[in-house]
Amino acid sequence: MTRQRSTVLGVELALFAAAVGVLAILPHWLSDFRASEVAYVGVYFIAIIGLNILTGYTGQISLGHGAFMAIGGYTTAILVGHHSMRDLWTIPLAGLVAGAAGLLFGVPALRLSGLYLALATFAIAVSLPAVLKKFDHFTGGTQGIQLFGRPNYTGKGYQNVHVLGQTLTFNNWLYYLTWTIAAVLFLVAWALLGGRAGRTFRAIRDSEIAATSSGVNLPMYKTLAFGISAFYAGVAGSLFALATTFVNPDTFPIVLSLYLLIGAVVSGLGSLWGIALGALFIQYLPFLSSKYISKAPGAPSVAYGVILVLVVVLLPLGAAGLLKRIGVPLTNRLFKRS
Amino acid sequence: MAQFLQQVVSGLATGGVYASLALALVLIYRSTRVINFAQGEMGMFTTFIALWLIDAGWPYWGAFFATLGMAFVGGVLLERVVIRPVERAPVVTVVIVTIGLLIALNGAAFWIWGGETRSFPSAFSTRAIHVGGVAFSIQDFGVIGVSLGAVLLLYLFFRFTKLGLALRAAALNPEASRLVGVRVSWMLALGWGFAAVLGALSGMMVAPLVFLDPNMMRAVLLYALSAAILGGLDSPLGAVVGGLSLGVGLNLVSTYVGFVGDELKLPVAFVVILAVLLVRPVGLFGRTTVRRV
Repeated sequence: MTRQRSTVLGVELALFAAAVGVLAILPHWLSDFRASEVAYVGVYFIAIIGLNILTGYTGQISLGHGAFMAIGGYTTAILVGHHSMRDLWTIPLAGLVAGAAGLLFGVPALRLSGLYLALATFAIAVSLPAVLKKFDHFTGGTQGIQLFGRPNYTGKGYQNVHVLGQTLTFNNWLYYLTWTIAAVLFLVAWALLGGRAGRTFRAIRDSEIAATSSGVNLPMYKTLAFGISAFYAGVAGSLFALATTFVNPDTFPIVLSLYLLIGAVVSGLGSLWGIALGALFIQYLPFLSSKYISKAPGAPSVAYGVILVLVVVLLPLGAAGLLKRIGVPLTNRLFKRS
Repeated sequence: MAQFLQQVVSGLATGGVYASLALALVLIYRSTRVINFAQGEMGMFTTFIALWLIDAGWPYWGAFFATLGMAFVGGVLLERVVIRPVERAPVVTVVIVTIGLLIALNGAAFWIWGGETRSFPSAFSTRAIHVGGVAFSIQDFGVIGVSLGAVLLLYLFFRFTKLGLALRAAALNPEASRLVGVRVSWMLALGWGFAAVLGALSGMMVAPLVFLDPNMMRAVLLYALSAAILGGLDSPLGAVVGGLSLGVGLNLVSTYVGFVGDELKLPVAFVVILAVLLVRPVGLFGRTTVRRV
């Protein structure tokens, strides 16, 4: 490893450790309500990592990631609500089910590039609510599935939770649950993308033809990217269901898919270091917009749309790009040896 | 038999609506290789403007043509302001920009007009005429007439005017067109203008059938996308044929296949998209392009 790469790795590890430290003690200063909001930020954080692996690293756009979140959310809701399974076990299962759906969808998606893939994934997201309403035997139809008060639902949606000798309010429990999983999944993504798989993904993004002629198994890696990405979305969807205490077809609307894409673009496609900002952006923009722009119902959407266009035009690398532009000269100065 | 004929005619009417929006998508796709995901919301927004004019006391057809004019100007402006800066960017970037437009226009409509559904007047009587025991709605024929009339006008414009020729040339071969003095960038803006007009048309035609609200065009956009893909994304004729056959096909499927009914129409459109893309990605009328590496 060259000296420069080890410096970068050191800075990144320090950043990660600092972030974990801040997240661990943050709830002491947050009200219970804020803690639940920041838990949702963690949910978006996980989903955006997944979308970024697919769109940012592999160059395959998805306008339907909300649908994979829905699959994860419904998996958890059905297992906890109808089959009384312990909720924690359903989180990895939700990821696996969504991941399997992603792999399955990845196979036809192999033949689709860029635009066509965007179309197909958009169609999934638009048509999924209709499917959820139709198969009401499994999904509870328009009513959805209630988790509140279910026996194997930790905290039942309102009670204090006892964990590792601590007593946490329900919202603080959600906070620690989502962010612990988020931190683990971040490390996994980091290791994955820093290694052989990440290199292959980027090669596919930059030129499919060049990647193939260098011996990359294109179908395998593209499907794999879809599967991994959907796994992340599924875990996020599962946590989303646990946080809202119910699911119904409107829990995962088409705009959720679009918001995730906005979050990924704002974070910076092809980098993991701006994702927290993208997730914060999705969660808090509606509040900020109703505070500073207008209380009208459509105002946040206008702000989302305008900011998305501005970021794409003015800041194509997103928050991560900005961070790098400010951060790299700074660290260079700190670590310069001569 | 009577039911079958009725379903076919009303399918042709909704199919005409899908066809005009699909044609709008194809117009933009041909010139820029990009799908404008905001096409439906542009149509929805202009339909609200039409309703606003009608509520202000304008006669229907006055509001109709004024709206088409405003849609044209709006489309050109959007291209100049929003799309122009990313003209040379990768397709994915432009798609993301149109997604931004979709969200912003949807929000703007909510902001200005609120989210409640409104009824939109129809230019045609909803009375039925009886032909040999079958009841046809006059409105269906009106919608078919207007949609196909607009398509025909557009065809004549592209085929027989100098500007139409310039537009086609700019879409087919931008470099060569630039060399012979076609202002390619402006041609793209005009293309957006015409697409916006078609979108407005489909919005005003579909609004009396499904009621007007900011999310009205979401489903219509998906149907139009499937129609455009079915016909071949770069074929205007394909868009029209695709739209009409999708309209009729969906109507028949939802009438005669009990399992599908009205609820599963959207997923069927999705299945159409996926099936066409897998079996014949260029669609029914598209040309296979050879990519040089």
